[in-house]
Amino acid sequence: MLRMILYNVLQVLVVLGFSPLAAGVLNRLKEMVQSKHGPSIFQPYRDLWKFFHKDEIVSEESSWIFRFTPYLVFVTPLFVTLLIPVLTTYPLFFAFMGDMIAGGFVLALGGFFAALAAVDTANPYGPVGASRTRMVGFLAEPVFMIVFFTVSFVAGSTIPYIVQEKWITPPANFFMPSHVLLMLAFLMLILAEGGRIPVDNPSGHFELAMIDESKSLEYSGPGLALMKWGGYMKLFVLMCIFLNVLVAPWGLASAPSSGAVLLAIPLVLLKIFGFLLVLIVIESSLAKLRLFRIAEFLGAAFITAVAAMMMQVFLVGR
Amino acid sequence: MTPWLDNLNALATGLFLLTAFGMVAMRQVRGCLNLFILQSVLLAASAVLLGLRYSAGDLYGVAIVGIVSKVILLPWLLRKTAPAEIYTRREVDQVLNIPTALLIALALVILSYFLALPLLNAVAPEFRGPNLPIGIAGLLLGAFTITVRREAVPLLLGLLAMENGAFLAGIALARHLPLLVELAIATDGLIVVFIVGVLTRAIQKQVGTTAVGEMAHLKETPAGGEAPR
Repeated sequence: MLRMILYNVLQVLVVLGFSPLAAGVLNRLKEMVQSKHGPSIFQPYRDLWKFFHKDEIVSEESSWIFRFTPYLVFVTPLFVTLLIPVLTTYPLFFAFMGDMIAGGFVLALGGFFAALAAVDTANPYGPVGASRTRMVGFLAEPVFMIVFFTVSFVAGSTIPYIVQEKWITPPANFFMPSHVLLMLAFLMLILAEGGRIPVDNPSGHFELAMIDESKSLEYSGPGLALMKWGGYMKLFVLMCIFLNVLVAPWGLASAPSSGAVLLAIPLVLLKIFGFLLVLIVIESSLAKLRLFRIAEFLGAAFITAVAAMMMQVFLVGR
Repeated sequence: MTPWLDNLNALATGLFLLTAFGMVAMRQVRGCLNLFILQSVLLAASAVLLGLRYSAGDLYGVAIVGIVSKVILLPWLLRKTAPAEIYTRREVDQVLNIPTALLIALALVILSYFLALPLLNAVAPEFRGPNLPIGIAGLLLGAFTITVRREAVPLLLGLLAMENGAFLAGIALARHLPLLVELAIATDGLIVVFIVGVLTRAIQKQVGTTAVGEMAHLKETPAGGEAPR
């Protein structure tokens, strides 16, 4: 029991500690592809350190939502981390608290408050960006739902620990059409939800064009650090859900010994590094879509998710 | 071995379905052509996998003829005959906007399931694969592509996609389909491509565009008025 709690805390620490590193590696690789030198992969840590030691300025016109949001944005990915498999293939102590749908809603709560906070200060650019995040969000929502429905249809459960086993037992199941199409649909979702390139430009700081960036526009000092760290962790958690639950539980610890769990950390980081390479290829080969083309992009994701479900329906008749 | 082949075949058909969707929505003519080539490759892959699964040698022949005619000869022929200008242009005006077209396409796929269901129940279990419903879906989506597109080459590709869909259903139901049939259809397809390519070139020379969707109405130029578009 105590061991399970310990592993659960370790899982949270891994997400807390390595999510800025993932963001740093992603930035560095992207700059290298553009044949620039790029910042150090540890730059996000330095940024966070710097922000935590600066003064915070809060507008007098803002309400409690503005002050409360950074904590919520910071805490929600950590809460989801308690529920999902990051390092182990067996459920840990807190995993009973919710399934994948609960995780999705908890992440959505952070996004909801971030949008409210962006409107709260009455900065003209905040609401513009917030309404755009909501547009992307409500277009992504049906895709999320269909992905989860398909998962529960195929695996008979929405509990991530049961789902991840389904894709590799027997090994031929990895090539189930519904599995591959679900991976495609969720990859597109990660791009949309993480504010990555075909939907949003993460390195753009032009107020009129920004979508995801706008929610931390008014923050400074520790508040900004929490918002940024929360953003890194959200991407990290989404990648963990994608790689460990929806792709395959390869590299995760299946034995309850601490050696196996510690070994799982580098293996999971290696998986995430592989995924970052894929992300780099996508980000470097595509251009950012115009705002109204985002509906088409997420429409394609929706079609892919529904096609995954239809494939499963077609196969049941077999 | 069998579950691997079954799953891989199902995957090939699943991706086939996705390319059919893509051909409805893709804006660029060149992208549409690439999707069609990919679809033909997936059709050949499905034929090979079914051939391995049920040890039906004829299906390898179907795959080879499909690859040679649709993946190698067809793009080459199209490039030779159709005006080069169409590969660089973006087709912006579709009859429906893209999300609406995709949703209707989705409804067609669901319809195809209900069309295929009685057929699937009527045949022996070994013929019940995803090929038949997806073949029907491919047929319907190809027809839908023809309906919503206004550019000459995507219209042709929609027609050929219908043929691909029919074949995807056919290779599952008739494993010993005579190679002669496939050869005849492949030649037929190539001749269609040749004729449409030449025709497109002629149309482009005559009216300066290949957006044939706008030529549905025959109008005379009113005296002193603007020329009809």
